[in-house]
Amino acid sequence: MLNMKNTVFELITNKKIAKNTYESVLRGDVSDIKCGQFVNIKIDGFYLRRPISVCNIENDELTIIYKVVGEGTKVMAEMQSGTKLDVLTGLGNGYDLSKSGATPLLVGGGAGVPPMYLLCRELVKMGKTPSVILGFGSKDEIFYEEEFSKLGAKVYVTTVDGSYGTKGFVTDAFDKVDYTYFYTCGPEPMLKAVYDKSVTGGEFSFEERMGCGFGACMGCSCKTKYGNKRICKDGPVLVKEEIIW
Amino acid sequence: MVNTKINLCGIEIDNPIIPASGTFGFGYEFAEIYDINKLGTFSFKGTTKDPRFGNPTPRIAETPMGMLNSVGLQNPGVDKVIAEELPKLAKVFNKPVMANVSGFAIDDYAYTCEKLDKEDQVGWIEVNISCPNVHGGGMSFGTDAKNAAAVTKAVKAVTTKPIIIKLTPNVTNISEIAKAVESEGADGVSLINTLSGMRISLTKKQPILKNVTGGLSGPAVFPVALRCVWQVYDAVKIPIVGMGGVSSAEDAIEMMLAGATAIEVGAANLVDPYACEKIIDSFEQVMAKYHINSLEEIIGGAH
Repeated sequence: MLNMKNTVFELITNKKIAKNTYESVLRGDVSDIKCGQFVNIKIDGFYLRRPISVCNIENDELTIIYKVVGEGTKVMAEMQSGTKLDVLTGLGNGYDLSKSGATPLLVGGGAGVPPMYLLCRELVKMGKTPSVILGFGSKDEIFYEEEFSKLGAKVYVTTVDGSYGTKGFVTDAFDKVDYTYFYTCGPEPMLKAVYDKSVTGGEFSFEERMGCGFGACMGCSCKTKYGNKRICKDGPVLVKEEIIW
Repeated sequence: MVNTKINLCGIEIDNPIIPASGTFGFGYEFAEIYDINKLGTFSFKGTTKDPRFGNPTPRIAETPMGMLNSVGLQNPGVDKVIAEELPKLAKVFNKPVMANVSGFAIDDYAYTCEKLDKEDQVGWIEVNISCPNVHGGGMSFGTDAKNAAAVTKAVKAVTTKPIIIKLTPNVTNISEIAKAVESEGADGVSLINTLSGMRISLTKKQPILKNVTGGLSGPAVFPVALRCVWQVYDAVKIPIVGMGGVSSAEDAIEMMLAGATAIEVGAANLVDPYACEKIIDSFEQVMAKYHINSLEEIIGGAH
């Protein structure tokens, strides 16, 4: 919990960027937030916080992107600019950028796309040449294709229904890319497919229903080859060699 | 200057606030964010004879003003707790800690309690006979007065430290269970453990928890917990550690008025990691507001 901070953020903008998908920019203390970590946000009227991955940090602004999947995120989508939010930051282990090699591959699926953005930015800043595969269900769910391109990354988009880009899953775009290492975030079946398809080492960001988000409740435990881990504290990023499916 | 000291089964503690088992790990991780020596004590993660992973995930579900958990007593087992967890805690916590023990047979309870009883750091042993998330143990001891008494007797026979039996609210008459454990020498009781409950996902049309049912905690259960503390206070003479949805100094005082000597705080720690520190810091102001000089003096004061 060393890097965890409990501070108040102010909502600057909150806008729909794709089907059921919203982008919020929050202003507050973003110091010590690492790439691949998540924040845990208290929403009025709900008991548990909402864990959401960090999409970007710039100056004192934090960008998050979330999908409306339940009552909590529905309320979030309706929040107005100026809303003050109680946020726990600095949660989770984050990605290890030092392992990326010269040409890392970033694979994001749906709500797993956002953490790839800050990662991509950081890798570009380090002089790396990342390729990005973004997977969505359909054309109307796509977001951030242009944002990734602007960072200088080579971007491939897949859609399950073939309405845009390569038809199929993220793994159907793998053959187009040479990569030294990979980072991925998305639904578990996608992670498993990436695990099976990949030919290098890599890191996977997992999702699980959480109680606290900082390692206290053991709600999100999983078994790994390196022993039991808490997705929220010892993860959400696990390395390829430790994962047990 | 208000007095928050209370005496719990012969050990004086600075204040009645005790993070509840399963919401505070083995303490040392919380020491990274505040000085845990401010606490009265804390009850460490439920420990069993053998290591346990617990139940499959998802094991958390949200509820109106609360949450369900079906963790199922994940812990490294008593030997590792003694060899690895307690030494880490000793570096950051200089008060007696409350050990929390669970089991699946009477012999399990006795075995684990006997081992922990020998540890200098342990002040009290809280014996959980009320976990709703394990099969063939836990709550099945706590829902039957004879079984509850038998566990108490077995544990008392092999220990020297105060034994606090943790009771379940999932019974018709909690006072009857409390009397049964008191008659076998329990030094205190703690209540309530979580209430059995469930939720179903409308999208998946299946229970959210893989274990189907889980234990309900959080502010939603506070009135139930308060009623149980009230009833047990009328039934037994041993001290009561009250818990269930306590989130503020006001809640703690209300529960002490119902009869609790000390207060455990559970779910609140998971939503606000600083919850216990905030409660302790606010006692002075809240006690002044309600003209309370000493917390010890208000125990059972509403009866």
